[in-house]
Amino acid sequence: MRLALGLIALVALLFVLSLISGQAPVGASQSLRALITDDGTPLSVVMREIRLPRALLAAMIGAVLGLSGAAMQGYLRNPLAEPGLIGVSGASALGAVLAIQTGLSLMIPLALPLAALGMAVLAVLLILALAGPRGTSITLILAGIAISALAGALTSLALNLSPNPFAAADIVFWMMGSLADRSFTHVWLAAPFMAVGAALLLSLGRGLDALTLGEDAAQALGVNLSGLRLRLILGTAACVGAATAVAGAIGFVGLVVPHLLRPAVGARPSSLLWASALGGAAMVLAADIAVRELLPARDLKLGVLMALVGAPLFLHLIYKTRKEMA
Amino acid sequence: MRGCVRLSRIISLLAALVLTGAATGGPVGAAAGTAPKRVVSINLCTDQLALLLAAPGQIVSLSHLSHDPDSSSMAEAAQAYPTNGSGAEEVYLLSPDLVLAGTFTASATVRMLRDLGIRVELFAPARSLEDIPERMAQMGAALGRAPEAEAQIARFHADLARLSAPPARRPRAALYYVNGYTTGDRTLAGDILRAAGFDNVATEAGLEQGGTLALEQLILLAPEVIVSGRDYPGQARAEEVLTHPALHALTGTRIAGTLTDRDWICGTPLVLSAVQKMRDLRLSLEVKK
Repeated sequence: MRLALGLIALVALLFVLSLISGQAPVGASQSLRALITDDGTPLSVVMREIRLPRALLAAMIGAVLGLSGAAMQGYLRNPLAEPGLIGVSGASALGAVLAIQTGLSLMIPLALPLAALGMAVLAVLLILALAGPRGTSITLILAGIAISALAGALTSLALNLSPNPFAAADIVFWMMGSLADRSFTHVWLAAPFMAVGAALLLSLGRGLDALTLGEDAAQALGVNLSGLRLRLILGTAACVGAATAVAGAIGFVGLVVPHLLRPAVGARPSSLLWASALGGAAMVLAADIAVRELLPARDLKLGVLMALVGAPLFLHLIYKTRKEMA
Repeated sequence: MRGCVRLSRIISLLAALVLTGAATGGPVGAAAGTAPKRVVSINLCTDQLALLLAAPGQIVSLSHLSHDPDSSSMAEAAQAYPTNGSGAEEVYLLSPDLVLAGTFTASATVRMLRDLGIRVELFAPARSLEDIPERMAQMGAALGRAPEAEAQIARFHADLARLSAPPARRPRAALYYVNGYTTGDRTLAGDILRAAGFDNVATEAGLEQGGTLALEQLILLAPEVIVSGRDYPGQARAEEVLTHPALHALTGTRIAGTLTDRDWICGTPLVLSAVQKMRDLRLSLEVKK
């Protein structure tokens, strides 16, 4: 309970900090006033149309990415399972790029998240097929590398073939992720998918707890393993697909956050789910504040910061599991 | 190959809009009587200056971009000439006695051509309207067409003076491009805006040359008019900033759409039509008030 309250307070604090950080030098109280009362000034427009959707998206995306990481790790019983690392984010980015480059997303806005979701489903299915039910680290990581590489190459190809001279520069956005200049259009586009995905993943708690005892024991406890698996696939795909469709592939959130919070929840997968959602929201909010405060004029990508934090941890985890991999 | 063309298109556009010009290249060598007979241009802007000033039959070939109606203000006139891919090998085989290039044209190409004994005349991109008569005079001298250049320069000055008569009130405007890029007063685009009677908000933000202006900074500046760059074919996430809902939430700001087109790229007398369009925009604002 204390952990939950602490995390909620942290997310709330970072949310407010995110609202008052930006390139325009405006005082905190003044900008928050402009957010609450629409006084028709340009500052109100900035607060309501630019900073509010940005902070909301940071929180939402962080939450679903943290949640997806915790759910996948619980299901595969492997701390290395993370949507970004195993190629689900990369595949979603490919789906989103295809929807944009074919012009489909112009005709039907929903095509953007749906295409990202579709590719995410494919990637999760591939991972589960390749890694097997127990998900040993070596097959998981190899499958992830293969899927990431293929998705990244196809994304680059699609953007290089575009007649638009700026499309090639978009490759960085899709690979590293950014929340710059997102709007409420993106919030509304992603929110329904994220809500459904998060609900599916949060419903996995009991099954994941039982799964820590092994598959046979879990089945004996009445857990429907194939149903669990289906909810995991659809939930992860909806969460990661929607997040990637609007903000690009943001890696390592689902790796770092569950790793940090696992001791605090006594390694119970069910508690780790909600804790990772809150922790993920806090982490992406913090990273998005940092990209604006560190290099305000440079549109630093979120993925850069995430990798600086996440990659060393990833190496550490690989080092720890080398016995299993040998 | 298509990729190359696109890249060079951006580069020439950026060079013309943005870069602070280096000094003009080599000396203007052609004295009267030794006018070049086989002129090859490998730069979008020298293409257009040459088309305006060359004698019939003097031009052998123009750059690929000269035929692109999105980039070249003289695409129709350029159709009469074959194009080249601007590579040293291809240009050399045309056996030119004068090659026209921009100072930002691939320096390896220029050096190679000079090593092969071909005269290459370099033209710096125009940073202001004042640079345009200088470029015209340089082109006139290079082509051995100085009297024609003099006549066109006089007409340019007269037309510009007519179009840029000081207005009663100078509305505040912003030039806003893909990826949140804006251009300041010390660029050709900024000077077009100034001549048409607008004040550029980029100057208020301290961006005299131009640079990235965050969307929220643009909105807090609340210009009366936002003029955005042209829409390229296909989709890019980088262009989404131009259609952000926040731009339309601004009351009192007119989104004038994509006005900065081919007439804004090169320092030729054709920029006057850009000045004219912006002036018309300003006058339409006055009527609404």
